[in-house]
Amino acid sequence: MSDVTDATTANQAPTPDDAARLADSKKAGPVLAADGTPLKRSLNRALRRQKLRALMLVAPLLIFVLLTFIAPIADMLFRSVENQIVSETLPRTTDLLGDWDADAGALPEAPVYKALYEDIFIAQERKEHTRLGSRLNYELTGVSSLFRKSGRKVEDMGEVYQDQFEDLDEFWEKGENWNQMMGSDDWLADHAAWNEDSGDRQPRFELRDDIAELLPETAAKYEIFANFVQVEDEDNLYTEDPWAVVYSALYDDLTGPNAAQIANYSGFGADKLQAAAAAVSEFETVDFAAAFEDIDKDWSSMDVWQTIQMYSPKYTSGYFLNAVDMQKTPDGPALRDENERIYGTLFMRTMFMSLMITGSCILLGYPVGWILANLPARTANLLMILVLLPFWTSLLVRTSAWKVMLQQQGVINDTLVWLGVVADDSRLALINNQTGTIIAMTHILLPFMILPLYSVMQTIPPTYLRAAKSLGATNWTAFWRVYFPQSVPGIGAGSILVFILSIGYYITPEIVGGTTGTFISNRIAYHISSSLNWGLAAALGTILLAVVLGLYWAYDKIVGIDNVKLG
Amino acid sequence: MAALTPISRTPVSFYVPVVAAAGAFAGLFVGTAQGSGLLGIVVGAIAMGALAYVLTQIIKSETPSRWGTVVLLAVVGYFLGGLPAMVIGGIFGWLFAWFSFWLYEGRYRAKVPPYLTPMQVLWHFTFRVICGAILVFLITPILVVMPLSFNAENFFTFTPEMLRFDPAGYSLKHYRDFFSSSDWQNALRNSVMIAPVATLLSVSFGTLAAIGLSQPHVPFRRAIMAVLISPMIVPLIISAAGMYFFYSRIGLQGTYLGVVLAHAALGIPFVIITVTATLVGFDRSLTRAAANMGANPVTTFFRVQMPLILPGVISGGLFAFITSFDEVVVVLFVGSAGQKTLPWQMFTGLREQISPTILAVATILVIISICLLTTVELLRRRSERLRGMSPG
Repeated sequence: MSDVTDATTANQAPTPDDAARLADSKKAGPVLAADGTPLKRSLNRALRRQKLRALMLVAPLLIFVLLTFIAPIADMLFRSVENQIVSETLPRTTDLLGDWDADAGALPEAPVYKALYEDIFIAQERKEHTRLGSRLNYELTGVSSLFRKSGRKVEDMGEVYQDQFEDLDEFWEKGENWNQMMGSDDWLADHAAWNEDSGDRQPRFELRDDIAELLPETAAKYEIFANFVQVEDEDNLYTEDPWAVVYSALYDDLTGPNAAQIANYSGFGADKLQAAAAAVSEFETVDFAAAFEDIDKDWSSMDVWQTIQMYSPKYTSGYFLNAVDMQKTPDGPALRDENERIYGTLFMRTMFMSLMITGSCILLGYPVGWILANLPARTANLLMILVLLPFWTSLLVRTSAWKVMLQQQGVINDTLVWLGVVADDSRLALINNQTGTIIAMTHILLPFMILPLYSVMQTIPPTYLRAAKSLGATNWTAFWRVYFPQSVPGIGAGSILVFILSIGYYITPEIVGGTTGTFISNRIAYHISSSLNWGLAAALGTILLAVVLGLYWAYDKIVGIDNVKLG
Repeated sequence: MAALTPISRTPVSFYVPVVAAAGAFAGLFVGTAQGSGLLGIVVGAIAMGALAYVLTQIIKSETPSRWGTVVLLAVVGYFLGGLPAMVIGGIFGWLFAWFSFWLYEGRYRAKVPPYLTPMQVLWHFTFRVICGAILVFLITPILVVMPLSFNAENFFTFTPEMLRFDPAGYSLKHYRDFFSSSDWQNALRNSVMIAPVATLLSVSFGTLAAIGLSQPHVPFRRAIMAVLISPMIVPLIISAAGMYFFYSRIGLQGTYLGVVLAHAALGIPFVIITVTATLVGFDRSLTRAAANMGANPVTTFFRVQMPLILPGVISGGLFAFITSFDEVVVVLFVGSAGQKTLPWQMFTGLREQISPTILAVATILVIISICLLTTVELLRRRSERLRGMSPG
């Protein structure tokens, strides 16, 4: 900026907008800057430039935080409602199930079972059916094993058709015959020119136009098969024989509405196709509904179908309902059975324990805050070290210290036994329960209560108390009516801070909390790393986040986030 | 503080019973430890009451009576329970002698206002004892961990040898464990590799942004501030969950880069807060003066602004460093075994309860945090001095 010598330097006044207003108020025509532009415009431009420069300085960090922090949070919110896996894995089934009316009390029609056969067949080739099974298992126990079992046996159904076609003519066995019939001429030429060992990419399969019209089902299945072989398995399509599901699709086409046109077909393998068309009427057929029932009688249970139908949409409120102990039923959301409710209790427990911790922090922090604010500065600074040292010590160090001290054979119990306060055989259970969590977390969060209390109490003049007493107030009245009301902002700030921090704590409850002293965050961690129910973890996290943000908003209103001080 | 109240000696009928009561209280514990609480109370009360009387009325001179009591009670303690009891006895002796003269001379009155009633004086001291107890509560865990880390046994509690001050009860073996175990050394190396890089990232981005935010005209200042502070507000488990989901989508989960980015994001609010606070006291006309003398913005920043806000930047950096160095939840989810940091190793150790090596590590970490605390405090003083706001 050193080379700018004209008006812009003058425009660097502390408050250009004030100056602009000043320039405006003079009615004697526009005031001009040194370069001849009206001063007002020139100042506005300077202001705009200043704003832009400030934004440019902030931009790198803002983008960094948005990418590394806000995006993950948004992703978590998204995952709490995302449910694409059902409609992606079972696209045909969910399509047909849309029209099915569960209330009528009848199982779905035969086409649904056929669609299910095709979906599961393709899914098991892609190894996706187990994932779907475990997803639906969260909603209905037993579905996981049902899908795994079906995935293993579904191939048998298609083989009924495959065997009959192959018995009819050996032509149907060979993958290359299928390619010749299904692939476009361009692709066949490309593929013939492709050398497998050259390392070049295999030419992607292209469908022959007329065959897609003639045999729509077969063409669609074959395309999926070809795509899977080429992209996911990265095998040479020429050496692979088609899936059984292609044969059942061929059977459908040969008996379907387009069957009459097959006589007009004249491409590769026309004679074989016409021979097959003539023979299919004699074929043994598969009753898919019965076959599925054979695999597992659960396929004839309404519950399974209702669950699939209920979780067909791409987005679901199911995870959130789960997180508040409810479940989707055909009649809308309903509370779970009494013995299956866990999250309500867990949320209540988290709230209760956070309140207990906040309460004990107030009880212990208030006297310390008072004494720090009322001692001479030098002594107060010395005592402050005792408050700041734990604040600066690693969380893990403090947690391990409490684990060491609270154990049955730990320092506290040993001391109590030595003093004879408790008998050796009835040592106090201080760890792996709520007591342990509350003691340890009170200690860990106490500095967060003392520091705001101290900074508020420092501003209360001690003369007020003396004045109250000289006017005849008792000690208690003077404290309760004069001092305490003035310290309430400190209590408010400290309490919200401690409450926000404690409600989302994970490490300390995990180590000293056992099973009864854990928080909602421990459950979230469990769902992420052990039960792998990420959607539910995300929903629980979203609820917790909403609570914390609400409190944060309150904190901002009461204290102002700009007033957060450290150390 | 100078004495507020003129003091005078108190009558025997006041201080002897008070000292006797204190003796009874101490006797209760010693008595229970020896088998009979009631006997302890009676013996304690009589002995200490008599002691107070003898010291103040017969010996009268303070220094010899104080040392005499220390020796006397230390010897009594030695015969009751060996070396540890001797130390406790010595402490008791010093305490009771001091307490007797403190009451007898009326010194306790010196620093409280003269108009207080006796009950108010009592409350004044009771209150201090309560506060002292709370401060002890704050500091005890740290004080307990340090001696336990020198335990010669693999126990998490004081062994009889340690209580007898037997040198055989102490050893450095847990420290040797720490320095020779490959698990711990790997963890230490990972921590040392991750924390400084994360700190560097958050300090460089954070300082720039703090300078931008402290300009007089920043559009959407509150909204931007809320976004930048959010990593400090959002519970760690939620940040960890979100980062785990998102980073595994984009392939950063389980990588060094992923952990560094996550830790940098967590450290940013601290840098923003401390640097913005420092910039409040920064005199803007200095940059204009520099520009006026022909310095370009980069020179102005490094030669004029940076040296002045450096204390704030460094303490922000220390906060960011300790955030990353202490962080365990996020690294637990975002990292993989290759990024196992020191806190993570401690966390696993605590869950599976392997060995008191954890205590040795804890002691080392406490010493590190004491150093950091001192640095931050010195920097804060320096910065306040620079800004003409000397500490009160």
